[in-house]
Amino acid sequence: MYRYILKRLLLMIPTLFGAAVLVFTLLRLIPGDTCELRLAGSGGYFDQSALDICRHEMGIDQPKLVQFWHFIWGIVRFDFGKSMWTGQPIVSEMAMRFQLSMEIAIVATIVAIVVAVPLGTISAVKQNTWIDYMVRAISIAGIAMPSFWLGILIILGLLIGTQYFLGTPWMPPITYTPIWVDPMKNLALIVWPAIATGYRYSAVATRMTRSAMLEVLREDYVRTARAKGLFEKLIIRRHALKNAMLPVITVIGIEFAFLIGGLVVTEQVFNLNGLGKLFVESVTNNDYSMTQALVMLVVMIFLFVNLLVDILYAWLDPRIRYR
Amino acid sequence: MKGIQVKALCAIVAGVAIGIGASGQASAETPKHGGILKYVVPDEPPSFDGHIETTFALIHPVRPFYSVLIKVNPENPSSTTDFVCDVCVGKVPEATDGGKLYTFKIRDDVKFHSGEKMTAQDVLATYQKIIFPPAGEPSARKAFFSMVESVTAPDDHTVVFKLKYPSGAFIPALAVPFNWIYQKAKLDKDIHWYETHIDGSGAFIFEKREAGAYISGKRDPDYYIKGRPYLDGFQAIFAKKESLRVQAIRGDRAAIEFRGFPPKSRDDLVAALGDKITVEESDWNCVLIMTVNHKKKPWDDVRARRALTLAVDRWGGSKYLSRIAIVKTVGGIVFPGSPLAATKEELQQLAGYWPDLKKSRTEARRLLKEAGVDLSKTYYLNNRAVDQPYKIVGTWLLDQWKQVGLKFDQHVFPTGPFYAQLRKKKDYDVSMDFNCQSVVNPLVDVSKFISDDRAGNNYGSYQDREVDALFDKMNRTADPAEQRKYMREMEKLTLDTHANAFITLWWYRIIPHRSYVKGWKISPSHYLNQSLDNVWLDQ
Amino acid sequence: MAVTSAEIDSQLAAARPPLAKAALTLIRQQPLGAVSGLLVIVMILMAVFAQQIAPYDPIANHYEFMQLAPSAKFWLGTDQFGRDILSRIIWGARTALFIGFSCAFIGSFAGLVLGVTSAYFGGWFDLLFQRIMDVFLAFPLIIMGLAVVAIYGTGAQNVIIAITIPLIPRCARVVRSSALAIREIPYVDAARALGFGHMRIILRHMAPNCMAPFLIMLTTFLGQAILLEASLSYLGLGVQEPTPAWGLMLQGGAEEYAESAPWIAIFPGLAITLAVFAFNLFGDSLRDTLDPKLRSR
Repeated sequence: MYRYILKRLLLMIPTLFGAAVLVFTLLRLIPGDTCELRLAGSGGYFDQSALDICRHEMGIDQPKLVQFWHFIWGIVRFDFGKSMWTGQPIVSEMAMRFQLSMEIAIVATIVAIVVAVPLGTISAVKQNTWIDYMVRAISIAGIAMPSFWLGILIILGLLIGTQYFLGTPWMPPITYTPIWVDPMKNLALIVWPAIATGYRYSAVATRMTRSAMLEVLREDYVRTARAKGLFEKLIIRRHALKNAMLPVITVIGIEFAFLIGGLVVTEQVFNLNGLGKLFVESVTNNDYSMTQALVMLVVMIFLFVNLLVDILYAWLDPRIRYR
Repeated sequence: MKGIQVKALCAIVAGVAIGIGASGQASAETPKHGGILKYVVPDEPPSFDGHIETTFALIHPVRPFYSVLIKVNPENPSSTTDFVCDVCVGKVPEATDGGKLYTFKIRDDVKFHSGEKMTAQDVLATYQKIIFPPAGEPSARKAFFSMVESVTAPDDHTVVFKLKYPSGAFIPALAVPFNWIYQKAKLDKDIHWYETHIDGSGAFIFEKREAGAYISGKRDPDYYIKGRPYLDGFQAIFAKKESLRVQAIRGDRAAIEFRGFPPKSRDDLVAALGDKITVEESDWNCVLIMTVNHKKKPWDDVRARRALTLAVDRWGGSKYLSRIAIVKTVGGIVFPGSPLAATKEELQQLAGYWPDLKKSRTEARRLLKEAGVDLSKTYYLNNRAVDQPYKIVGTWLLDQWKQVGLKFDQHVFPTGPFYAQLRKKKDYDVSMDFNCQSVVNPLVDVSKFISDDRAGNNYGSYQDREVDALFDKMNRTADPAEQRKYMREMEKLTLDTHANAFITLWWYRIIPHRSYVKGWKISPSHYLNQSLDNVWLDQ
Repeated sequence: MAVTSAEIDSQLAAARPPLAKAALTLIRQQPLGAVSGLLVIVMILMAVFAQQIAPYDPIANHYEFMQLAPSAKFWLGTDQFGRDILSRIIWGARTALFIGFSCAFIGSFAGLVLGVTSAYFGGWFDLLFQRIMDVFLAFPLIIMGLAVVAIYGTGAQNVIIAITIPLIPRCARVVRSSALAIREIPYVDAARALGFGHMRIILRHMAPNCMAPFLIMLTTFLGQAILLEASLSYLGLGVQEPTPAWGLMLQGGAEEYAESAPWIAIFPGLAITLAVFAFNLFGDSLRDTLDPKLRSR
């Protein structure tokens, strides 16, 4: 097991390196640079020497290979440096945003699990009944509905609804308060985007639960259990569900990793100051250092979550052997 | 607790006195103290240094931390000529020595938030950085001060500006709201210090920046205008989506947005909240320009360029677009509120402004044919990925050009690549560009239209020495009538005869805000009147 | 040498379920799938005959009809430029399907070829290939989209590039695992023994046998691509005005006027949801039919 984990960790290195090459190249292909944008972004005057000095300070006048080396060397030492756009340390720029994205991802995951597991199970057990059809239709709609559209409808519904019923329009807060500072205010903000994304997320998980359950219910050992005369409920809970959880965990893992930094559109709708918004801003500002750091962070999270899922697999299903 | 109340009362009296001193019509109501003003800002500023930045996104959250030498009169901000002292004493001084010498007395009671006293040396160091930056150091407004020969501080209370020639553009340039006074000691140590730090002498003390979320400030109890500011503090919340900013005001998550909303949002807010919303409106010193690429065929031909402007129905556009976008006023190259601007009659003489649209479009078609413009081709319009008003005006223009048979595709880029395209790549046939200034100063503002080897920010790739000559003549005379005459000639050449570049519609600023926000007055620029020391909350 | 290459080809063909039969099974066993299939066909017809069906020109501005509520004249109302929303939705189907099909086909075909190739050669090639796919799988989608648009600008083909690139590894990975199994069957060995070129074996003998996962991925991608296109448009990175496109219709004005003119925001959103719904349901049914493991016994 430890050897397996070690091997997987080692295999991450080429992937991370590849991602580094990719983001580095992509960013340098984008026309313009952060200095040009800052000095003349709103159409003002600028002179060439100021541009040169700025580029020198940012280090973007150096040969590409040297820049790449600095980038890689920075990652190796876990030193991401400063944002080229704001001049502030990247770690401090990211801290609060990371926290917000993490919290939404966690709340949305909880929503998804709480909704998906029972719904998916019922749908599978009652396959081809109206319950099954309902659940499937609702969950496919969840996947089909653009989450930003749902978000727009939620905010609008809140504003109009509260004005109609309470007299004064209410909307979720637009600034983030950490949960330990003011839990109510925090939740008033988090709940809505968590619902908007959680719907899609739970839809994906429900579908996976259903099909995994269906598969497991046809396995021989479930038939044996039935033949032994065990109660249906017990069979589902004790035997089927546990085994059906494996693919569900995979889906939840992948979705979770995606939510960190992948909520770009939802963040726009709710004015959430999360990593997704930072992604958009740093790319549009040609902020190389920030974008690079963000990409590496998100890729790392993705790889670790995947590893975690695989380890969970082994733990839940002793049949899986790792070499 | 009692003590504070008494203090506050005294402060109110003092505040009212100053208010009346500044202008007669102020203070129909007695300002109340206290409260936190929350407002939304569409963008986050790149750095904190006002001397190098050009975006309003820096002004809105950071200007309240700083004071300046002179500013536009906050009680009369729509005037284009009314300036008052901020850290100088008395009235804005008149020029001496035949219009070439300006002497400012600096207040004695101004303190930086870090505790040090402000002297004339700090003002001097500030303007040295702005006008004569060390080699290679950026300064966004260096070109505004091309008439300045030297700045000196003979003692700790006096700053003297010596000009090369008398210029009507000097005082407006001084009043630009980015000219924040920095401390000499800090600049000497590290000229970049102010890019990442804040230490001003304004009405508010910098409290916190939450990256990407907000910037907050708290009241400076030692502010040199006694009794000000009224607010306990403010929070400038960044919100990129316009619809969300409108919703924030509706849901009372913010009280005001200082840039400007489209008319429809104003109507929605008023419909939903009635008298809880107060609306202020003004012409806006910003305009989108159609920059034609003179280097690209067929636009090297003046006939083809004229056809582009003749196809556009500005009078109709004003009527319809003003319902969905933040543009409204038809105007020439000068801000419509300025005495130097063309009247309606004068405008109607220019191509693209004719009252008879049919005639105008027929002429456009004729010119296109005569110039042999290929109408089967699809041309390239470069535009910026900003809804209001860029993409809306762009979409409108496409439809206008379609009316005379010209087909354009809209290529939209985020700010960086948009400017790279505009300045360097130049694949476009026509590009959006904009001219947006703070203090209305037409003599300098129209420098956008002089030859590209002189203007620095003219991206049409053309040289027009006739226009340059008019521009110079206009700037060397102090006679308003003569200035106006040269301006008309320059305008006619630029927009019509030589068809160098075109104006779309001037922006129109609409600020619907919560009625409890008092003391703030709208100005023709979203850069102006943002020190917030005079704002109070009626709650 | 009694066995000819043609015979091997036909034997391989016999090893996979015939498409016509699969279609019949689909209708019989999956009524829901058939309904969604019908929806898809309607959408395709809408896209193909947009010119004939749409009541108005989708891009002509009518300033006298700005933001009108749904009426007999404009069934779904008009937008802020006075354009008919119904016409824009009908024409938008063309944009959506064009982008959706392009992305899905290019993405899944490239994935199919790459996945099979990787499985066929195996060894270090497979290992290297897998690492590259890992990079693209882990790479944040939005950065890809933002970068492509910042480099090439907006427009349909750039949107297609931005969406297709991340789809390829997803398909390649699934195809590869089923191709690994096929590699071991004797026909492929026989083909190799006959000295067929690698290309021929990969394209004619192995790829057709990975049809089931390929088709499933294809339909899934269709829905995903339409959604991604809408998201990119919402961020202002998709196709541009005045092109009629559903995601674009939801951006800018739609949100601003969502309260006083809700039809501008609601109908295009419904169009997207319905389209993706149909494609997903269709894909689902297809999977249930094609994947023998899930077929009800």
